Amino acid sequence: MHNLAFDVSHLLAGGLVLVSFMMLYQDRLYALLNVFALHAVLLSLSVGWQAYIQDAPHLYVTALIALIFKALIIPIVLHRMIVRLGIHREIETTAGIGPIMLVGIGLVGLSMAVMLRVTADANLIAREDLAFALSVLLLGLLIMVTRRNAVGQVVGFMSLENGLVLAATGAKGMPLVVEISVAFSVLIAFIVIGIFLFRIRERFDSVDVQALDRFRGDRR
Amino acid sequence: MPVAILLWCVLAYLLVAAFSVGLAKRPFTTSVVYAATALISVVACVTALFCLNSSQIATLRLPLGLPWLGASFHIDALSAFFLVVVNLGTAAASAYALGYGRHETSPERVLPFFAAFLAGMNLVVLADDAFTFLLAWEFMSLTSWALVLAHHRSPENIRASYIYILMASFGTFALLLAYGLLAGPAGHYGFDEIRAHHPDALYSVLVLGLVLIGAGSKAGLVPLHVWLPLAHPAAPSHVSALMSGVMTKVAVYAFIRIVLDLLGPPAWWWGVVVLGLGGITSLMGVLYALMQHDLKRLLAYHTVENIGIIFIGLGLTLAFRANGLMATAALALTAALFHVFNHSIFKSLLFFGSGAILTATGERDMEHLGGLIHRMPLTAFAFLVGCAAISALPPLNGFVSEWLTFQAILLSPELSQWGLKLIVPAVGAMLALSAALAAACFVKAFGITFLGRARTRAAEAAKETDRFSLAVMFGFAAICLLAGILPGFVIDAIAPAVQIILGGHMPHQASVPWLSIVPIAQNRSSYNGLLVFMFIAISASMSAYAIHVLASKVVRRAPAWDGGYPEKSPLTQYTAGSFAQPIRRVFGTLIFRARERVEIPPPGDTRPAKIEVNLEDVIWDVLYAPISGSIAFLADRLNVLQFLTIRRYLTLVFGALVVLLLAIAIWR
Repeated sequence: MHNLAFDVSHLLAGGLVLVSFMMLYQDRLYALLNVFALHAVLLSLSVGWQAYIQDAPHLYVTALIALIFKALIIPIVLHRMIVRLGIHREIETTAGIGPIMLVGIGLVGLSMAVMLRVTADANLIAREDLAFALSVLLLGLLIMVTRRNAVGQVVGFMSLENGLVLAATGAKGMPLVVEISVAFSVLIAFIVIGIFLFRIRERFDSVDVQALDRFRGDRR
Repeated sequence: MPVAILLWCVLAYLLVAAFSVGLAKRPFTTSVVYAATALISVVACVTALFCLNSSQIATLRLPLGLPWLGASFHIDALSAFFLVVVNLGTAAASAYALGYGRHETSPERVLPFFAAFLAGMNLVVLADDAFTFLLAWEFMSLTSWALVLAHHRSPENIRASYIYILMASFGTFALLLAYGLLAGPAGHYGFDEIRAHHPDALYSVLVLGLVLIGAGSKAGLVPLHVWLPLAHPAAPSHVSALMSGVMTKVAVYAFIRIVLDLLGPPAWWWGVVVLGLGGITSLMGVLYALMQHDLKRLLAYHTVENIGIIFIGLGLTLAFRANGLMATAALALTAALFHVFNHSIFKSLLFFGSGAILTATGERDMEHLGGLIHRMPLTAFAFLVGCAAISALPPLNGFVSEWLTFQAILLSPELSQWGLKLIVPAVGAMLALSAALAAACFVKAFGITFLGRARTRAAEAAKETDRFSLAVMFGFAAICLLAGILPGFVIDAIAPAVQIILGGHMPHQASVPWLSIVPIAQNRSSYNGLLVFMFIAISASMSAYAIHVLASKVVRRAPAWDGGYPEKSPLTQYTAGSFAQPIRRVFGTLIFRARERVEIPPPGDTRPAKIEVNLEDVIWDVLYAPISGSIAFLADRLNVLQFLTIRRYLTLVFGALVVLLLAIAIWR
């Protein structure tokens, strides 16, 4: 049973990292949102599994929150927003897919090297979870850095939050309060950035953040 | 109980500050505020005096600040001594400001900060944990900074306050690190806990260095003194008196508290460092002062000099204590504390005098004054007493403390390390030189300002200052005299403070016959201020009498005495610059790179001859100019970072995170 618990949580967390990689190279916004929804589903599965093996029923709530908010509501709202903004046909060209994937692999290697060494005396599942969580977090940051479109950046930010939740549930006995605060921070960030999108749109007819730079009149 | 009274005083100061915020523009507010602060200071001073006698440690803990720490306050004999010094100074400054403050053009910029500043200084001395101490210290710095900036229209003041706030934050930062090292990984922030856990040798050295920077920058140790001659003259005069006379003493308190009390047993070479710094500070301070013609700036540089003298005493304390010579260490510490007291008295007195001159003439530059002894005779007398005291002339108080310091220096052969045996006499020579130069400097300050003929209209039209100011100045002059002729009582009053630091104190002086003081043994050396005073008084009156009686009564007629000035113009008088010239030639060419250029027009040309003197501040050029230059350079280069795109900023954060993780991955 112990081995099964470890293997499944390993699988789910590894799946999250894999989906993060998938998000890295999506150049269409719809596809990106779909992959993000998949990311959130995997997260909720992983959290649910943790709830099961840790005998912590409150984590089921966390999993449910992840499923409802991150896998359903946020992607749907962003979807509608993209339609309303009329940018669903836009293709984001960032740096080449090859180099980005290589950087991502390097980041995963880095987070493994750091986490496995730092948490030498922690429990095995927590160690793996933390290492994967840091990878997801770094990949989320990488998504934010490589996207030029504000929607892409929002998605990157939320996948980063997913990494945080994964880390928090991997450690045993995290109280729900923290999870609620994390969920709320995501929601608030979402609202703020949503408003931000429309404000940019109103002013510049585009959600391309380069418009801001152009408006400032300097491209240094 | 005494702690509670003093904390109520602090609260009262803060309430006065709050009161004055709203009502500063009303005409009566100035008097009410200064009367209130004077009253509170007197209460605090009397309380502290009782604590100094009772020699027990009182503590009090308030549930303020950090929840798990609270704010602890204490009063032991050392705090009590410094509280006496602080509150005596603040009481005098408040009473002085009853008169002086009426001339203030913008009282709303002075009053609130003045009261808050007094509260801050008291809190620093009362603090019993690192957190409270640092908070109070920063509060004191910020309020005094606001006072420096009170007259904010002049660019000179803006520069002074800018440099002051930089140095003050830097100093607080150093103290913060020092307390961090003292607290150790377990986080012992209470002074009692710090005392119980001595850091190891390396950390002790670091703490010493950081405290020398932190407290030294506030006190004005060379080379951290640069803000002092700028900021002290910029503030209103009663505030200058407090900053120079009292706030620097709070910094000395910080040094004594941390290095002599909290840090544990010293290594012998700490004494070398502190002695060297003290010697250099005293000498450089007085040399800078000699080159100054601005009265308040001259006084500020003399503060630097006197801080040097105090640190020489503290360095001797460290050296003797490391060698286990407790009696001599007690002598040196007593000398230092006595000088703390003395300097707070006569420096405040001198600043009060310069404030009186400033209100009477509107001038700080000595070259524009002169002849004031005829127009302000009482101020002149009080100022003269202050000058004699700071020049360490017997029978005044400055002499006693410097004499005690010399007594400790003369005992240096008892030290076992050759490093100390060599440096102590050298520092003694520096101390002697700086004392002599200080006397020269005050001959210049008094002579050029008060004697001769008025050099400007403003000096000619000067009027004697108000009664409050005069009363305070005469009171302090009387203290200078009393502490000089009855030093035994002051030494005995300091004894409990010395006792608490070193566990021993100087022999009881009040029981010595004829009110002499005997630091070590009767056959070695003793000093009787009363005797010297009697001798001076009797011989002076006898010679005056003799001159009156024996002088020829024949009426002589002669051309009006021209005293070497055949022309009537006051311009022909001796100036401050010409007075300082010999000393500038001897020391200035090396230390200030002084250059003199004399320009004499050829015969037939009617232009006046000119002499130009160029002085350079070497410490500024060598130490501060490169720092500020490199910071400006870096700021210029990094300015680009202000104009990046959102993505670039994200990339910066991302890169920083990756670099930090890499650092962990590689070094752990």
